[in-house]
Amino acid sequence: MGRYNYLSLLRELAVTDFKLKYQGSVAGYLWSLMKPLAIFGVLYLVFTVFVRIGSNIPHYPIYLLIGIVLWTYLADSTTSALRSVVDKGDLIRKVYFPRVIILLASSISALITLMLNLMVIFVFLFALGIGVRLDWLWFFVLILELYLLSLGLSFFLAALYAKYRDFGHIWEVFLQLFFYATPIIYPLTIVPHRFQSLVLLSPASQIIQDSRKVLLGTGVLSSADLLHAPLFLFPYLIPLLILPLGYWYFEKSASRFAEEV
Amino acid sequence: MADVAIKVSSVTKSFKLPHERYDSLKGNAIHLFTQKSYSRFDAVNEVSFDIKKGEFFGIVGRNGSGKSTMLKMLAKIYMPTSGAITINGSLSPFIELGVGFNPELSARDNVFLNGAILGLSRKSIEEKFDDIIGFAELENFVDQKLKNFSSGMQVRLAFSIAIQAQSDILLIDEVLAVGDANFQQKCFDVFVDLKKQGKTLVLVTHDMNAIKQFCDRAIMLEDGRVVAEGSPTDISEKYLLANYEAGEAGGRKKKSNQDRVFDNVILKNHTDKPATYFKPQEELRLSFAYKSRWKQPVHFGLQLFSSNDTLCFGSNSEINGIGPFLGSGAMTIALKPNLQSGNYFLSLAVVDESTTRILEFYPRITSFRVSQDGRNDGITVVGQHWKVDA
Repeated sequence: MGRYNYLSLLRELAVTDFKLKYQGSVAGYLWSLMKPLAIFGVLYLVFTVFVRIGSNIPHYPIYLLIGIVLWTYLADSTTSALRSVVDKGDLIRKVYFPRVIILLASSISALITLMLNLMVIFVFLFALGIGVRLDWLWFFVLILELYLLSLGLSFFLAALYAKYRDFGHIWEVFLQLFFYATPIIYPLTIVPHRFQSLVLLSPASQIIQDSRKVLLGTGVLSSADLLHAPLFLFPYLIPLLILPLGYWYFEKSASRFAEEV
Repeated sequence: MADVAIKVSSVTKSFKLPHERYDSLKGNAIHLFTQKSYSRFDAVNEVSFDIKKGEFFGIVGRNGSGKSTMLKMLAKIYMPTSGAITINGSLSPFIELGVGFNPELSARDNVFLNGAILGLSRKSIEEKFDDIIGFAELENFVDQKLKNFSSGMQVRLAFSIAIQAQSDILLIDEVLAVGDANFQQKCFDVFVDLKKQGKTLVLVTHDMNAIKQFCDRAIMLEDGRVVAEGSPTDISEKYLLANYEAGEAGGRKKKSNQDRVFDNVILKNHTDKPATYFKPQEELRLSFAYKSRWKQPVHFGLQLFSSNDTLCFGSNSEINGIGPFLGSGAMTIALKPNLQSGNYFLSLAVVDESTTRILEFYPRITSFRVSQDGRNDGITVVGQHWKVDA
């Protein structure tokens, strides 16, 4: 298999995946920017005009946008990864290559969308006059943590979905549940005090809260404020644990994919 | 061992066929405590064979004989349940043309995608891009979406990419059934070229002419077992016979191989090269050896059928003023049919001296394809001149 060029395959699959997502739509790639912005618009309207949850948070629009962009990435990347192996069934039944490439391609395609969305966040930050700070470097560590978390979950989900199609529905409900269990639209401060640190043990909550903190600077409860060492490390450990376990489970299942999908 | 490209040692692949299949959690949960019952189905059963380096090897068999499962195991897509497959050299990882083609993408994008799937780097595809498009004769359609291509254009593109794969061993499943005569000739040249380069090729097909044209050796599978191994001519005759017998559903007495009258049936073109594809007015040469077991001299009959079993033409040796024949010999029949595009079959028969009684009939003993660009309908080509009368 020496000549087989896995990197080329990964690249082509990821680019194709991204291209096809916007195939046949007039606005094309702009949709990957417009979708989170539209969701943001709706939620912003609801939570400033009707529910007035956000009115006493400084920079609520950008606060909300960060939450939505990061959550949308986690939800979309895991959902498309879940179906990726089954969707590529034709390929799997007819070509041999390491199956992990399919999953990596799907994760990279989602990552491209995230990068475009992050550009929107930075444009907002500049427009609001929030200056560049050294803390922003920490944000890229959080993005890495988010990527590893999503990849680890994706390994489990794709392998489980190949065997049990139920996971399509289960994961949908699960995401809906966690959307509300995570401080995306509401501030962490409205959660009763004794539950706040519990919420932050979830890596999704921790990533979103900490991202707001490092990007905006003030007015956000971060995991460092509420969790004390060694508990502070706990949300970081989850992706580091899920990733190898997910990979192991995926590889264990991979030899059966050609017969299952 | 050094000259063996692929060694297959008593390989078995079984599939568990659950009597009731639960592919949902609910199904599994409900039946958690009921004994699951499976029936085991051996798609491939204790199969062994060796393929030498540089050999063109054919695997034939009827539908469900296990030939595609075998090929998938060679390609590492399926793991054998037991036995071992040793592969010596780099292997093309695909078994079908145009795998991963996406109808929504342009021909250009599909070349890069399919090329990557076949294991080519982006750089080497860029270098060969013009060759690929040129060979497929699609220069004017590079940026068209694939969904607007005819199936023939898609296969031409797929084949053009596939031959760029630089592996030592190529695995191919049923590919030679499309394209016009001109493109077929190009494919034939490519195979000759691959052979010169010393590549090994495994071809799985129903098309006995392809086996006879390209392969050095072949095996025939039946119910997952190797039932015959030998020269392409032998194997293709056994295959046609097996098919014929299955078609007859045991109605007639089975002819054992020794009893067969016709042997070495080969279809050639006007340059005496074995061929399957012909232009409408091109000469066909049907050559065969015969071995008559009748004590009385016999005549031979020939019939040409279209793919929907319409008799297009029939004749015999008596009409042509030769024969009758006794014992064994060889013969070539030159034909110049005037046919429209399509698949056609030739049948041979042994008839008595008065040509009134058929002694033995060999339907569909060989087949060929005619392709042309015209848009006329029907079976034959008729000269025509249309004019408006005043």
